[in-house]
Amino acid sequence: MRRTGPAPAVGRMCAIWFATPGRGGTCGAMAPDGVHAEISLTVDGEDHRLTVDTRTTLLDALRERLGNASPKKGCDHGQCGACTVLLDGDRALSCLALAVAHDGAEVTTADGLAAGGLHPVQQAFLDRDAFQCGYCTPGQVCSAVGLLEEVRRGWPSHVTEDLTARPELTHDEVAERMSGNLCRCGAYAHIVPAVQQAGGVQA
Amino acid sequence: MKPFAFARPGDVAEAVRTVAAEPAAVFLGGGTNLVDLLKLGVARPDRVVDVRRLTSREITDTDDGGLRIGAAVTNSELAADPRVRERWPVLAQALLAGATGQLRNLATVGGNPLQRTRCVYFTDVSTPCNKREPGSGCSAVGGYTRYHAVLGVPAALPDASAPETCIATHPSDMAVALAVLDARVQVLGPGGARTIPFAELHRLPGDDPSRDTVLEHGELVTAIDLPPLPAGARSAYRKVRDRASYAFALVSVAAVVAGGEVRLALGGVAHRPWRATRAEEVLRGGPPTADAVRGAMAAELAAAQPQPGIDGGNGFKIPLVTRTVVATVRDLTSGVPA
Ligand SMILES: Cc1cc2nc3c(=O)[nH]c(=O)nc-3n(C[C@H](O)[C@H](O)[C@H](O)COP(=O)(O)OP(=O)(O)OC[C@H]3O[C@@H](n4cnc5c(N)ncnc54)[C@H](O)[C@@H]3O)c2cc1C
Ligand code: SF4
Ligand code: FES
Ligand code: FES
Repeated sequence: MRRTGPAPAVGRMCAIWFATPGRGGTCGAMAPDGVHAEISLTVDGEDHRLTVDTRTTLLDALRERLGNASPKKGCDHGQCGACTVLLDGDRALSCLALAVAHDGAEVTTADGLAAGGLHPVQQAFLDRDAFQCGYCTPGQVCSAVGLLEEVRRGWPSHVTEDLTARPELTHDEVAERMSGNLCRCGAYAHIVPAVQQAGGVQA
Repeated sequence: MKPFAFARPGDVAEAVRTVAAEPAAVFLGGGTNLVDLLKLGVARPDRVVDVRRLTSREITDTDDGGLRIGAAVTNSELAADPRVRERWPVLAQALLAGATGQLRNLATVGGNPLQRTRCVYFTDVSTPCNKREPGSGCSAVGGYTRYHAVLGVPAALPDASAPETCIATHPSDMAVALAVLDARVQVLGPGGARTIPFAELHRLPGDDPSRDTVLEHGELVTAIDLPPLPAGARSAYRKVRDRASYAFALVSVAAVVAGGEVRLALGGVAHRPWRATRAEEVLRGGPPTADAVRGAMAAELAAAQPQPGIDGGNGFKIPLVTRTVVATVRDLTSGVPA
């Protein structure tokens, strides 16, 4: 899997921006025009400082600026889950998160989950043949890791019968909790058992 | 996307001053609705003011036995709160019926009730829409109306070219639960703080469909207060949609049964979460049997106006919402978990 390169040179970005006619100011935590901002992100354990256009989503910052192509752009509108990452530990859609609003955040992508060898969720996806083309898979994997943590915390879902009881990792619970991750290849029938396996359920 | 300046002021008062001072400034919560609308060109602010790290992210007990929920609490955190799950299940269920895990982890309590309609013409900048572009007309009249309103719309077929026409619905599930729970919205504005009863937060289109709520420009939601339910009260949320998960409501029902009293709010039927006060009144007469609930809903829906449409229209919502209310009240009164 791909390692991210060094952070792009902040100075160069500012040079491009401020060389544009009609724009001025100096580089700082927040350029005076407010349309560019310098932010820091920890991605898969590596610290980065970068200057972003305020319109940049976390997804584009990861893919286009930090060279981490693990999160995928499926719809770019919050509808498919391909861009799911762990944001400060919780699963979140990186296409609807503005990078500048998450200055200082810790981001883990499916790439980073494999840093010390395959994560149990990734191994389960292999064992259970839970993908075909693989485009949705990094999002599925991050979502599953987030889901298992949510279940561990006892968070209920829409299909949890007794809201006050500890949820169990049944087929219906996994299917409901993974419903934000679409798979165009239709690998769902294998994804659910993979998530159950990673969660320690015999399925 | 149009360029915008980004600001994260030091505190909520400064955030309010910043937005109030600029007509084209907006607050940013989790961004799950606003960022989408920025990409679509529907929202075109000059300045985006991030309040997610300024408002409270705590849920605290109040003296009256209720809860104060900070505006930055996420939809996930609120749905998982043991107090909410135990004492206000209708709210936990409504939250869990909405969006997905990776959206609810971002979405905030302040942003959720203020999300904009999912009317397909509102999000398509190439079509006329009075809500997006006041005075341009309403493309939904006679168009795709499956997700549109049947209550709070004019008795005659709305005039597509009139500037006041809008048949959109409010898409939030959480808002329907907050309406039935008599929640209160804590607001900080340039003129100071005020409290708005939740049922009065959202408005009907009236003569200005561009305004979803009674909030003035620059008014920030800082918290939502949940009053206690009477001892022994039971509550539930039931949502009907085109697929089992990850879809907006066609219709939904939030219900509370407490002693002899039944409280009802409906989603997916109007420009705002619809507190069914007529039905509640009718039900005050006796036990909420299936027949009584059907009768009460007939009274509530007497003024409903099904909208024709190229997709077959939305007349199905009238029997559908009636049956959904009957089933929800039956579950709450028969001891079967809803
Ligand atoms: C694919 C998809 C499916 C979805 N499905 C559902 C569903 O089934 N049910 C459902 O209910 N929702 C659904 N949602 C919507 C989601 O619940 C909302 O987008 C979310 O709750 C909005 O909260 P936010 O914090 O992200 O708001 P933002 O996007 O940050 O803001 C929304 C609006 O509120 C304003 N705002 C934010 N915070 C404040 C504040 N504190 N005070 C004043 N104004 C503020 C913003 O200016 C903006 O206008 C879905 C969304 C997507 C993308
Ligand atoms: S229903 Fe409302 S939001 Fe939809 S097109 Fe008409 S005016 Fe716009
Ligand atoms: S790319 Fe983010 S949800 Fe589809
Ligand atoms: S494996 Fe191809 S989209 Fe899921």
